[in-house]
Amino acid sequence: MDLYAVVFYAFAFITLAAGAIVVFSRNIVHAAFALLFAFFGVAGLYVLLMADFLAITQLLIYVGGILVLVLFGVMLTSNTIDVQMKTSTIQTFPAVLIVAALAGTLIGIFWSTDWKTTTDPPIQATAPKIGEMMLTSYLLPFEIASVVLLVALVGAAMIARREKKA
Amino acid sequence: MMQDFTQWLQQPGLSHFLIVSGLLFSFGMFAVLTRRNAIMVLMGIELILNSANINFLAFSRYTTGTLDGHLVAIFVIILAAAEAAIALAIVLNIYQNFNTVNVDELNHLRD
Amino acid sequence: MSQETILQLSTAILFLPLLGFLLLIFFNKRLPRQGDWLETGLLFLSLILAVAVFAAKLGGYHDEVLQTKFTWVDWGNVPGIGPLKLELGIMVDNLAAIMMLVVTIVSSLVHLFSIGYMHGDVRYGRYFAYLGIFTFSMLGIVLTNNFFMMYVFWELVGLSSYLLIGHWFEKKSASDAAKKAFVVNRVGDIGMFTGIMILFANFHTFTFDDIFGAIQSGAIPFGSEPWLTVAGILIFAGAVGKSAQFPLHVWLPDAMEGPTPVSALIHAATMVAAGVYLVARTFAMMTADALIFIAYIGAFTALISATIAIAQNDIKKVLAYSTVSQLGYMVMGLGVGAYTAGFFHLTTHAMFKAGLFLGSGSVIHAMHHALHHAGDHHTDPQDIRYMGGLKSKMPVTFWTFLIYTLAISGVPFTSGFLSKDEILAGTLAFSSLQGHVLIPLIAFFVAGLTAFYMFRLVIIVFLGEHRDAHRINEIHESPWTMTVPLIIFALLSFFAFYSLNPFGAASGWFYEAIKRPLSVVPGSVAAPSTSLFDEALHHSHTTAMVLSLTVAGLGILIAFATYYWKKIDADHVAERFKWLHTALSNKWYVDEVYEFVFVGGTKGLARLYAWFDNRVIDGLVNGTASWTRAITLGTRQNWEEGNLGAVLYMVVGGAISIYVGWLVGAALMPLDPTPGQMIWNGLLGIGTAGLTFFLFYVGVGGFDNKIVDGLVNATAYVAGFIGLLTRRVQTGKVQTYLAFVILGVMIFYLYFH
Repeated sequence: MDLYAVVFYAFAFITLAAGAIVVFSRNIVHAAFALLFAFFGVAGLYVLLMADFLAITQLLIYVGGILVLVLFGVMLTSNTIDVQMKTSTIQTFPAVLIVAALAGTLIGIFWSTDWKTTTDPPIQATAPKIGEMMLTSYLLPFEIASVVLLVALVGAAMIARREKKA
Repeated sequence: MMQDFTQWLQQPGLSHFLIVSGLLFSFGMFAVLTRRNAIMVLMGIELILNSANINFLAFSRYTTGTLDGHLVAIFVIILAAAEAAIALAIVLNIYQNFNTVNVDELNHLRD
Repeated sequence: MSQETILQLSTAILFLPLLGFLLLIFFNKRLPRQGDWLETGLLFLSLILAVAVFAAKLGGYHDEVLQTKFTWVDWGNVPGIGPLKLELGIMVDNLAAIMMLVVTIVSSLVHLFSIGYMHGDVRYGRYFAYLGIFTFSMLGIVLTNNFFMMYVFWELVGLSSYLLIGHWFEKKSASDAAKKAFVVNRVGDIGMFTGIMILFANFHTFTFDDIFGAIQSGAIPFGSEPWLTVAGILIFAGAVGKSAQFPLHVWLPDAMEGPTPVSALIHAATMVAAGVYLVARTFAMMTADALIFIAYIGAFTALISATIAIAQNDIKKVLAYSTVSQLGYMVMGLGVGAYTAGFFHLTTHAMFKAGLFLGSGSVIHAMHHALHHAGDHHTDPQDIRYMGGLKSKMPVTFWTFLIYTLAISGVPFTSGFLSKDEILAGTLAFSSLQGHVLIPLIAFFVAGLTAFYMFRLVIIVFLGEHRDAHRINEIHESPWTMTVPLIIFALLSFFAFYSLNPFGAASGWFYEAIKRPLSVVPGSVAAPSTSLFDEALHHSHTTAMVLSLTVAGLGILIAFATYYWKKIDADHVAERFKWLHTALSNKWYVDEVYEFVFVGGTKGLARLYAWFDNRVIDGLVNGTASWTRAITLGTRQNWEEGNLGAVLYMVVGGAISIYVGWLVGAALMPLDPTPGQMIWNGLLGIGTAGLTFFLFYVGVGGFDNKIVDGLVNATAYVAGFIGLLTRRVQTGKVQTYLAFVILGVMIFYLYFH
């Protein structure tokens, strides 16, 4: 077992354990913090996949941005600290069955398919290449994404704004 | 047989990442299916998006050898950010109007 | 200018009005003057570009067809159909270049006119936005090279005409007229759609060239020539709707409810021209039979609407029927094979008819102003009986109006003379080749009628004395934004713009540019060839000119004799032919017939359905319900009374009945049953079972009456239980549905795995 495998299993464990806590925890604040670790673990997996730029992006945007947003949401919509922090679940039993079947199916597919893998050495520094592709072959999606972000920014501010009471 | 499996375990490759992502996807789906709190549902969606990203990057690394998967993953992250902002804004607005964020109580359109 | 530049400029011409629409529909409140300058400016830019394209096309690439297209959707090799793809593209030939120029000239001048006319309107900005999308849709029809885009823009024209006719939708008559225009057009569009589908089903393409090419190479829809005729007539049905041909002409006079500049746009350049343009575009694939059909429809339309126009008193209604009549002329011209003449008349008519409408708008504007000033809100400002003597007060309007009237009447030195004369000669040539004497007869008669009713209008409105001496002092000439378009249109109504020879259009540039396309249909069903037709045309030319001058002069003379010199008493004539006059003022009762046949018929059918639903269906349901209820109550009573014997009796009876029914059904079933036999025998078995059970029920009378319920109740209970079960699926919760989606995906995977 080489170092790569050890690191992989460590990050996979962090990701999955944190993911499980997110899902099964009854306390929403705990869930939110577990989400932090899940994102962190995923970032680690990205590094193992030689996606350095993506890993940094993951940390910046997910951990730095989205997670903070989620925490704000939690804080702003909970009346009292203790009681409402618990969240209840619905239809747990059928959901467990369905999700277990789903997980089984997915793993079965991933396991049994004979993926056509390449033996090319991975690309080392991804950031310059990504930048180049973004301004050439992916220029249109890139521009559209910028517009989407702008619209989301304005839209979120519009929607969340408290209506002035007449 | 057993030896094959041990061998497989020792060399993490494409299918390892895929299985991690599959499990993460299932967790996210479970949260989406069972949680009543809209913010919890949102967290589930974030997990699902992350699992999809792992898939993109894994395939990018092991099958194509190009960076297209990275680009798609970046766009997924961008859209996830936009989606989180909008969704939370909607949740806040709903909370202001109905004083609840439980998705199954929001059935004003149904009646 | 290179070919690419021409195509690029054409695309720009197409999209500039759309740009104006988008800007104005969203921001008209934010822009100074609600953005009228913006839309008008864009239109004039379009006009300049159209002039450039026109000059470059006719100057540099006179005989070429410039085309560009791209594949929008490629479905690949579709099973059962073959390769299938959707190509979009634009085509600039001489027809399109000229039409584009006509549309932009009329549209830009109408924009300019509207600035004065619509001043102070509640939805001023939105009005200009709608004008923009109207122009855009029409230009789309002009530039397209395939039926698919043609249909899309066709419907866009329908939509924008709806929006503009209903501009003053607070008025019920306006919103009704808008709906009528939309619905009546839809009738024709269904025909066009079917026609396009016939072609598409056979040729798997929408592009004109490909379809014509396929027909020319001998491929005919469904392998039979009548289908080609049918396809042609069905596509023409679209033109019948848009170009207001009989029997779908009824929307156009009602469309006068829209603002007057809109009427000018609809009548001259955009909507009604679209139909004629469509016929011209698809002319090559029309069979001789289809063309004769088209010619008769056109002639009939020209006749009935010209007669109606005589008896109308609303200035815009007269012009509306005159448009219908002239459109009939164009369609007739195309139908008889005078292709160039028909399209030529479309062009010249666009100029003087736009001018006539704008002139009437100017008059109405002035009348409205004067009536408003006098505090009179009852007098209709559009009724010509309240006008008269406006010549001295509105000189520009009068003189331009007179020029248009001369043009539409076919007086020499006007553009109308040139085009009308060619159509008349065409009808003569047609009847000398193929018979059908009725068509030239109608054509010349209508020419006389047109001259008569147009001069009636001019004399009543502008000459003579005004009814109210006080009111006339309040009438003023309109502002420059309204008079400048009038003057421009008046100039364009002279012959010199179309042909330097005032007595023959054939030597002008127009006839050089627009040549009748060669027919692609098989020779056995094709109309007489172009050379044959031209030969006949040559012979009939002088006759046609003399005859047309005579009838036009006669019409003008009678108009003066009746309304100016008062030699003929119009009221007296109306009294003598009272039935005719009544029929004419009521527009030949077409609307009433439609009201009775279609509206009344639909209502009658609805009543019939309602009766069937109330009596038969409800009767069955209620009968079953009361029957079931009686049995249920009976059984329950027995049950509660502890009358187990009765309950048992019914249960056994039920079982026996089912067995008997099954026996009968099975005995009658043939060895190798078709589905129909299976259903039939099944029903028979069920019927037998029901009958047996009924015997049990009746035979035992009061005693067991009751019991049957066991069965019924059990059924009800099971049904209820199933209902409850399935109801739980419909939770109304997104999460549940999502769970089903996941399940579905997994089932798909397992199934295909």
